[in-house]
Amino acid sequence: MAAEGLKHTPLYDEHKDLGARLVDFAGYEMPVQYSGIQAEHKAVRNHAGLFDVSHMGEAVFRGPDAEAAVQHLVTRDVGRLDVGQAGYSAVCYEDGGTVDDVIVYRREGDFLVVVNASNREKDLAHFRENTADFDVEVADESDDWALLALQGPEAAGLLQDLTETDLSGLKPFRFAWGEVDGARSIISRTGYTGEDGFEIYLSGDDAPRVWRRLIEAGATPAGLGARDTLRLEAGMCLYGNELDAHTTPLEAGISFAVHLDKEEQFIGQRALLLEDTEGLRKKLVGFEMEGRGIARHGYHVTSGAEIVGEVTSGTKSPTLEKAIGLALVDPGVDDWFEILIRDNPVPAKAVSLPFYKRDRG
Amino acid sequence: MNIPEDLQYTKSHEWIRIDDGTATIGITDHAQDELGDIVFVELPDEGDTFDAGDSFGTVESVKAVSDLYTPVGGEVVEVNSSLEDAPEKINDDPYGEGWIVRLRASDEADLLSPEEYEKVVEEES
Repeated sequence: MAAEGLKHTPLYDEHKDLGARLVDFAGYEMPVQYSGIQAEHKAVRNHAGLFDVSHMGEAVFRGPDAEAAVQHLVTRDVGRLDVGQAGYSAVCYEDGGTVDDVIVYRREGDFLVVVNASNREKDLAHFRENTADFDVEVADESDDWALLALQGPEAAGLLQDLTETDLSGLKPFRFAWGEVDGARSIISRTGYTGEDGFEIYLSGDDAPRVWRRLIEAGATPAGLGARDTLRLEAGMCLYGNELDAHTTPLEAGISFAVHLDKEEQFIGQRALLLEDTEGLRKKLVGFEMEGRGIARHGYHVTSGAEIVGEVTSGTKSPTLEKAIGLALVDPGVDDWFEILIRDNPVPAKAVSLPFYKRDRG
Repeated sequence: MNIPEDLQYTKSHEWIRIDDGTATIGITDHAQDELGDIVFVELPDEGDTFDAGDSFGTVESVKAVSDLYTPVGGEVVEVNSSLEDAPEKINDDPYGEGWIVRLRASDEADLLSPEEYEKVVEEES
């Protein structure tokens, strides 16, 4: 298949050697699967899976006003983050619609904001336009970093054998500089699968060696297909599906990442406060299919003859072996509705999120 | 890529075997490989009738939905209902236990030979 103009991560040759099926994702030629989505999904749930997510974007905010600039842009109160702590956040427009969902890392002296690959250029432009009055430099370091995600109940054990950093001291959403197989890295206890795990930021020169070492140690290479089914079971949003410019973070159910009481004004705060007071225009629900069929992104949600919402993500859950999905629906919709599958209304019922929660022992 | 010599094919990656006017239809090894793990099959009912080129059902993998097309018209005489509980049979044995539907063929179809189908696959990849 012609792949003209597509970018490659530093692990491209590894993917080809492993026989991955490669697809265009956000301008990158990325592995969607190696052995099969379900097998990779189960490897992450039961053992450890290794993802190349080097396509993610990294923006670094430096300068005297770095904290004020980030506070102005994101919905989370990053003043509450310790150095060495990360937080999930939304970035909004003035009207409350979502620019992106990001992870903010408070480092010694600066902030690292990790953005979705598909939004990298839009985000960087938004960050710079809206911080012109601040004494801050916003650097796009996306091309300087490779990023590995090692996820699953066996991730900590595998990684501990390759690093001197004491991982038991690294709690969820904490990060530290360290060495992984001799490669200087940021080791972050974060992920997008609902499992324990780590994201490892390192140079593109070191990434292929560390990737191979982790696979030799027992990690299963996993592609974007499994990443999507895993995050959906964990009830996590994907920008472009649950979140977009016409959906606020409150509507998408990530109010835990929005600090409406934050003292420093952030873009969209007024609109979100108003929506919080007046009530949501739509809400995100998780559902299971009661009839036969799989709901997919874009399918209508109906109640009788009326269209009451739209499916944002849907799949057959490899863990639950049920068809599950997320939908944005009118706030008044009750727990029983139908999904229109090829003009056929198929019954579904709302269930609490997440669909899957790991046993924390 | 497995393309049995004793079957005929379509450009949309179905295989077809016609015995005494009964057409058995499934999807090819190439098609199941492209789709990946198949998790759902929507089958027609026995007695449904289709014209050549009609969509008679769908197969879904974890990621994608794909329509099934019949290259011959006719009435459905049997469906492989075991696929409802075990759609992975299409991945495991696309030309055997993964067959999808049998029609009483009412017309002749323009079908591809194994050699012609192999060219279709080569041109796509």
